[in-house]
Amino acid sequence: MLLTVPERFTGFPKFLNNTQMRKKFMDLYTCTIRELHDKLRSGEVSSREITESVLARIDEVEPVLHAYIRVLKDDALAQADNVDEQLRKGDIELNYLTGIPIAIKDVFCTKGVATTCGSKMLEHFIPPYDATVIRKLKTQHAIIIGKTNMDEFAMGSSTEHSAYGVTRNPWDISRVPGGSSGGSAAAIAAGEAIAALGTDTGGSIRQPAAFCSVTGLKPTYGRVSRYGLVAYASSLDQAGPLTKDVFDAAVMLQAISGHDPQDSTSIDMPVPDYTAALVPDVHGMTIGIPHEFFAEGIAPEIEHAVRNALTVYERLGATCREVSLPHTDAGVATYYIIAPSEASSNLARYDGVKYGYRATEYVDLKDMYGKTRAQGFGSEVIRRIMLGTYTLSSGYYDAYYLKAQKVRTLVRQDYEHVFKDVDVLATPISPTPPFTIGEMADDPLTMYLGDIYTIPVNLTGVTGISIPCGFTGDGLPIGLQLIGGHFEEEKLLRTAYAFQEHTDFHKQQAQVTR
Amino acid sequence: MAAYEVVIGLEVHSQLMTQSKIFCSCSTKFGAAPNSNTCPICEGLPGVLPVLNKQVVAFAIRSGLATNCSITQQSVLARKNYFYPDLPKAYQISQYELPIAEHGWIDIRVHDTVKRIGITRIHMEEDAGKLLHELPEEPAGKYSFVDFNRCGVPLLEIVSEPDMRSPEEAREYLVKLKTTLEYLEVSDCNMEEGSLRCDANISLRPVGTSEFGTKVEIKNMNSFRNVQRALEYEIDRQTLLLESGEKIEQETRLWNADQGMTFSMRSKEEAHDYRYFPDPDLLPVIVSDEWIAETRNELPELADDKKQRFIEDYKLPEYDADVLTSSKHLAHYFEECVSIFPQAKMVGNWVMGDILRALRQRNLEIRDCPVTPAHLAEMLALIEKKTISGKIAKTVFEDMFTTGKRAAEIVKERGLVQISNEGQLEEIILKVMADHPGPVAQYCDGNAKTLGFLVGQVMKATQGRANPQLANSMLKKKLEERRQA
Amino acid sequence: MKISEDQVRHVAQLACVELEDVQLHEISESLSTILLYMDTLNEIDTSGVSPSSHIGKLETVFREDEVKASLAQDEALRNAPDRAGAFYRVPKILE
Repeated sequence: MLLTVPERFTGFPKFLNNTQMRKKFMDLYTCTIRELHDKLRSGEVSSREITESVLARIDEVEPVLHAYIRVLKDDALAQADNVDEQLRKGDIELNYLTGIPIAIKDVFCTKGVATTCGSKMLEHFIPPYDATVIRKLKTQHAIIIGKTNMDEFAMGSSTEHSAYGVTRNPWDISRVPGGSSGGSAAAIAAGEAIAALGTDTGGSIRQPAAFCSVTGLKPTYGRVSRYGLVAYASSLDQAGPLTKDVFDAAVMLQAISGHDPQDSTSIDMPVPDYTAALVPDVHGMTIGIPHEFFAEGIAPEIEHAVRNALTVYERLGATCREVSLPHTDAGVATYYIIAPSEASSNLARYDGVKYGYRATEYVDLKDMYGKTRAQGFGSEVIRRIMLGTYTLSSGYYDAYYLKAQKVRTLVRQDYEHVFKDVDVLATPISPTPPFTIGEMADDPLTMYLGDIYTIPVNLTGVTGISIPCGFTGDGLPIGLQLIGGHFEEEKLLRTAYAFQEHTDFHKQQAQVTR
Repeated sequence: MAAYEVVIGLEVHSQLMTQSKIFCSCSTKFGAAPNSNTCPICEGLPGVLPVLNKQVVAFAIRSGLATNCSITQQSVLARKNYFYPDLPKAYQISQYELPIAEHGWIDIRVHDTVKRIGITRIHMEEDAGKLLHELPEEPAGKYSFVDFNRCGVPLLEIVSEPDMRSPEEAREYLVKLKTTLEYLEVSDCNMEEGSLRCDANISLRPVGTSEFGTKVEIKNMNSFRNVQRALEYEIDRQTLLLESGEKIEQETRLWNADQGMTFSMRSKEEAHDYRYFPDPDLLPVIVSDEWIAETRNELPELADDKKQRFIEDYKLPEYDADVLTSSKHLAHYFEECVSIFPQAKMVGNWVMGDILRALRQRNLEIRDCPVTPAHLAEMLALIEKKTISGKIAKTVFEDMFTTGKRAAEIVKERGLVQISNEGQLEEIILKVMADHPGPVAQYCDGNAKTLGFLVGQVMKATQGRANPQLANSMLKKKLEERRQA
Repeated sequence: MKISEDQVRHVAQLACVELEDVQLHEISESLSTILLYMDTLNEIDTSGVSPSSHIGKLETVFREDEVKASLAQDEALRNAPDRAGAFYRVPKILE
């Protein structure tokens, strides 16, 4: 029989000399929310033990991976103790997330905790308020364990564009974890957090989830409040979870969803019970296979893994049918006009007056602006600000911005049309497996084109999920994307859940090697 | 001079009288400590989002309907992008395509002719912060200082058609617009606190031509008088240039009231490209038919209608009705007083005369008048009852105005009750006659003119309190008796 | 569409980013490549198509006109890179 945990459990490895005990605590960081919740409920473990296990894992792998910009070690332990105490006294309810260490992409404002967005511009910015999603997690007494690395201002697909260094892929540390929520994805894959929050503007949750073999959900636009999420492209940004499996994704979605009076674009619709929707049954469902997603350019191993996943669904009683989304190819160009246009305006506020970086030497106001912004932003951010400023500027607005907004309408119509015939769509996430660090550095357009399969979900505002569906011969993760219609998260999660109930790709763990 | 026709269009910014700002819940109160009426939203912190104040839209619809505009049922809030330290997001949320109201007009009266001035558009937007160039502890020099309290205060921008042909018309248009906004209770239009601001576009063209000349924008005119002065100056300047064969430059000029001149704002002449686009954080503003109909039904009586009613109901001369309805508060004051003391002409005279004069001297608004309509009515009743004379009333009124006391109290305290007691008056009259034997003798010799002098002496002896009619008749009687004797 | 270094310089001015010549050159190269790709959109017929500047429901969201507490002055100014008392301080603005 296992011992109950001593009240003052400190100094993790030192304390454990018994291999069975060691196993018990070492394993905690590998558990899912559901597993840990059960252990907390039974009293088998405390939030402090879980948190210490995760912190010990961070100590172990973080020097190699660099998934975090900031680990809130002391604060997380204090939160955990507080949760344990309140649970013991019966002051709080044990919700799914109560006492669970969660990593937060550093794009969400956290009151009193520096929020950098991966940028030098916000190195010392301390928000005086919490993002709505953070407030919601705190209401459930989740443990905020740290702020994860990201491409600066969420612009990038590799987490190489961070002012705080690159994050490495736990499956192969010479490769990128994807981006922009690469820190969150790597943290989950390596056991450095139990669940994480990310944001997805053009695939920034789903693509790193695929690259790191975790589950990543991009909810319907308007499902989750954007208040306190530092804006990249307002009409495309959406917050969502990165987790170890679909059940946990449902738990996280449940916690962060809902109408927010502080976000005019959040939708006032009841939040269903997402975990209750997780029935591992796809009998009679129709899964659409858009043939445009399997055109030239896709790596054969990826196409193979995705097609293989489809046979799983057919075996489970779903019907797979080829469909067409004719404006798929236009997605990248449309997205890379709209997103930088909005970004050029959203990022104009970083001018060295109210907060953030200010250049140290300048001759006048204009020079202060120009130097502050040239020095405070990284090159990819500057490129997109320049691109967006140009596409909105007089003489080019109609040709680029307005044209893109019209094409966006056509893309939307494609999806509205196809969802009349199918329940969900199944596609690859990325045409290639994780690329090596530095590989795309000089080729922004090629990197942009890698977003071709994820972008339409953002352009149309529908919901999408990435779940592990295989590995390349080199052992690199491959993701399957499932796409559902507006506010069809229940159906989407159910479809994804059925796959995980019958496969074990999501249970494979990365062996982080130096 | 007469060879050119002046073309003027005005852009008026008026601050709306909401409690909270347009996109956040901070107070709009004027005069708070610097940067104390700000929050993450109006400070433009990373991650914040705007949510539109419904009252702003309600006020905009009301203003649009009152100026005969059509209301846009799906109007769009857009971002106007430019860098300036008083603009925390580096964009102003405003309206560009599809403003809330368009295509209206108001009528103005100049030299007894009514002229219709078109209104191009009315749009909603947020105000910017305030810049200072020196502080008590930091004299003017290397720095400027920013206070964001005013950021996000709701504004209406009302753009006229280039329909005005003289500075006088421009002034009349402004007065009319101000009156209308005040009547609607959407803005207090206080030019000193900046809640009403005006920019002008002005161009000249040869009489008889229809093509517009090059227009110049004039800013920084902070009173009606300055608008007129600046426009007059600008007409002279442009006329001189044109007559000497020079070209007018399209530019923005600042009015300097001290020097009475406009100056080119060269520092701002860099090409602007505001890159307007629909704000993705805000959905289109949908205004239903019901909302419009309801607002239309609830529109208050405006100045023109009220004036007509004053002429008919109170039998006031047109001039009086015009003055009394020039502000809603003045009209309200008048009506309030008449409801207690129903002699409209007399009330009107006092309001237009003593009240307005006293307010002007102390630089007060009618709303701040220390004499309430009820108290004025009480005083008028004292005159009516002959408790005090009209002359004494002037003194009583001054006292009421400065001390806030009521008329009866002042009259009692200072012993100003009119002397109508014949016995009391007789004593005084006899003393005056005894003290001035000369004039009395002259009267008896048939010089009736000295009667006036003697009445004056009686008034003097009573510090004006003697009932003048009674004093006059009694004195006359006594003098006649003397002559007979 | 190709974008010249002069155009890039103008855009950099609008965006208030002081670029060095090397950056100007690099950005005009990469933007030209990207914009050339964007031009493929011209092959799509969008006549009669209305633009989507918003997705989701078209329903205005309002707040009531109610005052709530502002930030404390010091809290508001906490992140200021430069301040003078209760004001943000910036290089002198020339009028």
